[in-house]
Amino acid sequence: MTLEIFLQNAANGITLGSLYALLAIGYTMVYGILRLINFAHGEIFMISTYFAFYGTAIFALPWQVAFVVAIVLTALLGVVIERAAYRPLRDAPRISALISAIGVSFLMANLGLVIFGGRPKTFYRPPIFQVPIELGGVRVVALFFVIPLLTAILLVALNYIVYKTKTGLAMRAAQWDFDTTRLMGVDVDRAISITFAIGSALAAVGGIMWGLRFAEINPNMGLFPGLKCFIAAVFGGIGNISGAVLGGFILGFGEIMLVAFLPGLAGYRDAFAFVVLILILLVRPTGLLGDKQRVKV
Amino acid sequence: MALHRRLMMVLFCAALVSMCGIAAAASETEIRIGVYEPMTGAMAAGGQMTMEGIQLAQEQRPKVLGLPVRVILVDNRSDKVEAATAVTRLIQKDKVCAIIGSYGSALSMSGGPVAQAAKVPVMGCSPTNPLVTLGNDYYFRACFIDPFQGRVMAQFAYDKLGARKAAIIQDIAQDYAVGLANFFRQAFNELTEDPKSIIAFTSYQTGDRDYTAQLTYVANAKPDVVFAPGYYADAAVLVTQARSLGLKMPFLGGDTFEAPEFIEIGGKNVEGVYFSTHYSADAPVTPASERFVALYKARFKTAPNTFAALGYDCYNLVLDAIERAGSSNPKAIRDAMAETKDFVGATGIITLDANGDATKSAVVLVVKDGQFKLVDVVHPR
Repeated sequence: MTLEIFLQNAANGITLGSLYALLAIGYTMVYGILRLINFAHGEIFMISTYFAFYGTAIFALPWQVAFVVAIVLTALLGVVIERAAYRPLRDAPRISALISAIGVSFLMANLGLVIFGGRPKTFYRPPIFQVPIELGGVRVVALFFVIPLLTAILLVALNYIVYKTKTGLAMRAAQWDFDTTRLMGVDVDRAISITFAIGSALAAVGGIMWGLRFAEINPNMGLFPGLKCFIAAVFGGIGNISGAVLGGFILGFGEIMLVAFLPGLAGYRDAFAFVVLILILLVRPTGLLGDKQRVKV
Repeated sequence: MALHRRLMMVLFCAALVSMCGIAAAASETEIRIGVYEPMTGAMAAGGQMTMEGIQLAQEQRPKVLGLPVRVILVDNRSDKVEAATAVTRLIQKDKVCAIIGSYGSALSMSGGPVAQAAKVPVMGCSPTNPLVTLGNDYYFRACFIDPFQGRVMAQFAYDKLGARKAAIIQDIAQDYAVGLANFFRQAFNELTEDPKSIIAFTSYQTGDRDYTAQLTYVANAKPDVVFAPGYYADAAVLVTQARSLGLKMPFLGGDTFEAPEFIEIGGKNVEGVYFSTHYSADAPVTPASERFVALYKARFKTAPNTFAALGYDCYNLVLDAIERAGSSNPKAIRDAMAETKDFVGATGIITLDANGDATKSAVVLVVKDGQFKLVDVVHPR
């Protein structure tokens, strides 16, 4: 393998990895606060792409507006899902909430099939993101720079919200004990709603980037990205935002390099992701940046 | 109280089920034909297009043996497990006397053994993998098979595009794509008389969205053409990524590229993609083709596609067999189906061979100005 090809693959890996990272942040954030694996994250991601799709295709909004509207609607959707499916189960055993999450995931995927139809739709891709750029034999499109940049900005912004603001303090307090936090005069419900709003908005940003990159959207698209990002989040240490980004990058990079070095095994790259998950859980159950004491999966 | 209510529920359901059973057994007032097609999932477009053809045919010919025909559709969700369940359901619950389906060879291969065990004949519209009918005396099909299709594209690449080195990217999760890739490789090796003429061979899985690693590998091998058998949405995304990575050589595929989604998703990137398929409205082969085109245009207001044409033919083939059998007995229908000879369909003259396969010509289409245009018609030898 020549250096040029390696660099091209590295660029491919960064593009894919940053997409995974973007989605994994939302996953890990909800887990970090609520200790709930939100299996519906992939479906929230799917629905966000349809919001953006209908915004541009049916309501003929300019794409900038459509994307913002999609992010806002998705954030609202996340809040509604939390109200309807998770809040009533907050004092129930953790497994009940987990099963409720799986239920929401199936419900939304099937609702998607009924409402959006089984045939794929084409996501509007503004030409500005598709401008081809060639750097010393490595070919990328403009999106290659947009996605990692966005991931970095969101990472910084999230760390700021969680660690520097009052809302973030409330979130982190809620993560330890709801009752005690309430006794301190913190509105736990509000903190959790905000967590879901942010987590879902991140899924929407990920969904829009996904649509811009791959053009095709369908009601089943949430399943695999959802699982991959779950792996990325566990890999990095679930609940840890920087860990999720790291996990996403390593997973995306690993998948690309597996195909690059062993093209004959290209069909098994999903298996690779799951093997990585098993190895991580065996060797380092708390993930790369995971906190040893706190995580109880 | 809760227990009591639950008990009532169970009893009620049991009563309902037994009533359905009685109703189904008693009603010899209609002929029930089952359809299992992917209406959702990765192959949804194929199943939906096929269903349009079946609907159209039923509207034209709603009766057989003096009884009304009822078409019962079950969505197999592009899923192999669901496909087997769908066939079981059609046979056991709906008590159909014959089945039509399914787009996607893997789906047909999964439903086939179920139908064979229950001795209900199936007419496949577009499953092209040879294994669908091989060893299954209850499975037939209205289309050609992949050894022929693979040869058509290899020949086209060799003769018309002057290709001497080719690369293959197959969808490894689909029997259709794996089979077709293999037949293309064999035919291309024979044509070039060079066992190493396939210089890159790699895979992806249905629903994958990032193909950059495979494409980088293929680009590095510098083939004259890339053969990429797989389903329309995956293939459109794949070709789009190939173009953004600077791969300029022609991309080739099989009949599953034919779906409006291929052009919608791929846009300008899929211009110049060649693929083989069963039929083109631009090359009517029989008087039935022209009639079908006119009917389809009147009903759906767009130009017809291969899969609707095959669905239309399948329905008529099944009705033809029922008529010749003179009864709705599945075994009698099977025997009549096996003897199908010189049936004038929209997609060609259909005569089923000992395996239950049709021998028909293929057409090669190209994407040009956002439309599928006819390039070549290839007759079987």
